[in-house]
Amino acid sequence: MELIEAIVLAVLAASTPLLIAATGELVTERSGVLNLGVEGMMIVGAACGFGGAWLTGSILVGALFGIVAGTLMSLVFALMALGLAVNQVATGLALTILGIGLSGLIGAGFVGERITPAVHLYIPGLTDMPLIGRVLFGEDGFVYFSVALIVGVWWFLYRTRAGLILRACGDNHVSAHALGYPVLRIRTFAVMFGGACAGLAGAYLPLAYTPFFIPGMTAGRGWIALALVVFASWRPGRLVVGAYLFGAVTILQLHAQGWGVGIPSQFMSALPYLATVIVLVLLSRARTGGSTAPAALGTVFVPDR
Amino acid sequence: MQLVLEKRAERSGTIALVSPLIAIGLTIVTMTILFAILGKNPLLALHAYFIAPLTDGYSLQEIAVKATPLVMIAIGLSLCYLANAWNIGAEGQFLIGAVAGSWIAVKTQGTDAGAWVLPAMLVLAAAAGALYALIPAICKVKFGASEILTSLMLVYVADLFLDYLVRGPWRDPHGFNFPTTAEFDPVATVPLLIEGGRLHLGSIIALLVVAAAAILLGRTIKGFEIRVVGAAPRAARFGGFNANQLIILTFAVSGALAGLAGIIEVAGPVGHLQPGISPGYGFTAIIVAFLGRLNPLGILIAGLFLALTFIGGEQAQIAMKIPLDVTKVFQGILLFYVLACDSLILYRFKLVFPNRQVARGTH
Repeated sequence: MELIEAIVLAVLAASTPLLIAATGELVTERSGVLNLGVEGMMIVGAACGFGGAWLTGSILVGALFGIVAGTLMSLVFALMALGLAVNQVATGLALTILGIGLSGLIGAGFVGERITPAVHLYIPGLTDMPLIGRVLFGEDGFVYFSVALIVGVWWFLYRTRAGLILRACGDNHVSAHALGYPVLRIRTFAVMFGGACAGLAGAYLPLAYTPFFIPGMTAGRGWIALALVVFASWRPGRLVVGAYLFGAVTILQLHAQGWGVGIPSQFMSALPYLATVIVLVLLSRARTGGSTAPAALGTVFVPDR
Repeated sequence: MQLVLEKRAERSGTIALVSPLIAIGLTIVTMTILFAILGKNPLLALHAYFIAPLTDGYSLQEIAVKATPLVMIAIGLSLCYLANAWNIGAEGQFLIGAVAGSWIAVKTQGTDAGAWVLPAMLVLAAAAGALYALIPAICKVKFGASEILTSLMLVYVADLFLDYLVRGPWRDPHGFNFPTTAEFDPVATVPLLIEGGRLHLGSIIALLVVAAAAILLGRTIKGFEIRVVGAAPRAARFGGFNANQLIILTFAVSGALAGLAGIIEVAGPVGHLQPGISPGYGFTAIIVAFLGRLNPLGILIAGLFLALTFIGGEQAQIAMKIPLDVTKVFQGILLFYVLACDSLILYRFKLVFPNRQVARGTH
């Protein structure tokens, strides 16, 4: 029983950065912009987030540093992809390459340092309940925030006028423009939201997951978050399922290594990446009847005056 | 008053020529500021980065050695990008090529195997790289799965596979438990061009690849098809060109070139298989491809330039304690400026005055 509880807790912790980053990217892509720089924004968020927390001793300040860093990175992307109408795939790759270099530079000062990780909620009585107590009432703040975030995004996209306009930009930017909506401005906000989420997701890793910073600690999570958005068919509800499934794969392979299953650890470590490939293939195959992706995703838009 | 982007009537030839130079200039300005922020003398740092490596024979050879994998991979990637197929997993194809070729080297170690070993390694590495690149290509063509994500995921898989081999079955029994294979036998090593130097046969192969790509793109129907499918997919469909077939072809070629680059690196400058054989060649090659404007000759020049930044970065680290990550930042910023300047080939900036525009609209 304790083992099951421990596994569920670990799965939630491993899923949270994926969920936060993928939520941001979902909003970005729903506005019609494909930002492949999630990995780069995450790793800079991780470095800045840890730096903020290490300097001030506050996890909250660290998280804010991560958010600001991710947003600034996404603004560079917006300037290029929206302002200068550069190919979004190439710009996203450039953002990731830049981010990996920048994070190494920023993080060099505090490699090997440790901080006190984010505190977990504790409500006497509730948290002590067997099995579900710690899962429901004993998480760190990020986990609860990630759930609130995805619910908020669902509400925004499907229950507000602004969300409808954002989706309209993603499906047909020419029509949205003709109706008088400022397509590029809306997309810039969507890209910034994606950057803020990616920065926060990156900051989660050194602030709550492991209490130290190592270069390259995102280890492809940004790319998995991108795959999750495809997995979710660009829908918030499915994104939650996908993020927790991937978190489960990550944790199960770790436990399998611990149990001494006779498979080399490297093969188990490769599982999340292989699972991503297989899932992408299966989903894309099942969807031959027509794509669920935003129709204008990744296309350049230069308004004619 | 507002600054807006406007499509040019036709692409600007002047900007197409000078844009890489503008991009490099802007990058150097940005780097000067970055060096100053890091508290280093910008002039000395720039000298260490861009001038010092050009002043001694050893560094010049080292630049050619580093440019070899970059150019080979970037040529393959440029074919993909021209055909609008996004292979970003060249790093993985490079590693798989290195692993496949090393298999022969490891298995023939200490035997009296003859001169066939190295050619067999090269062929097997190219074949393995091509097959590895075909996984995302086939997933794309058959199932519609994003080749960007699948090709990138396979980089991590290749990295872990190499790690498993050199820590497990292929580890050198006399290697003091270091994760590496034994040094390759002389028959399994890429020969040097100058005795005692660094330059090896791989650089010649890279030059041949550049020439072959120039002929393919400039003189053959296949090359024409690749360019049309990327630039004008509708026209290509009317022309009866098979876009899916070209995705498969360009992925296979770029995978083969990356795999070949991988084994040349391992059997050449490195001499054995170990983790970390690539300082991100597969990703830097993406920058090389764009900086070279997806043109074979341009890629050759761009490859030499980025190799210079690798060597300069190492020298700046030794001489001025500038962190190696500065090189990655430099490369990232360079790609941004290249892409931004390229945008000005197709678009131009224009000042608009919203009030006057409304007046014009009411006519």
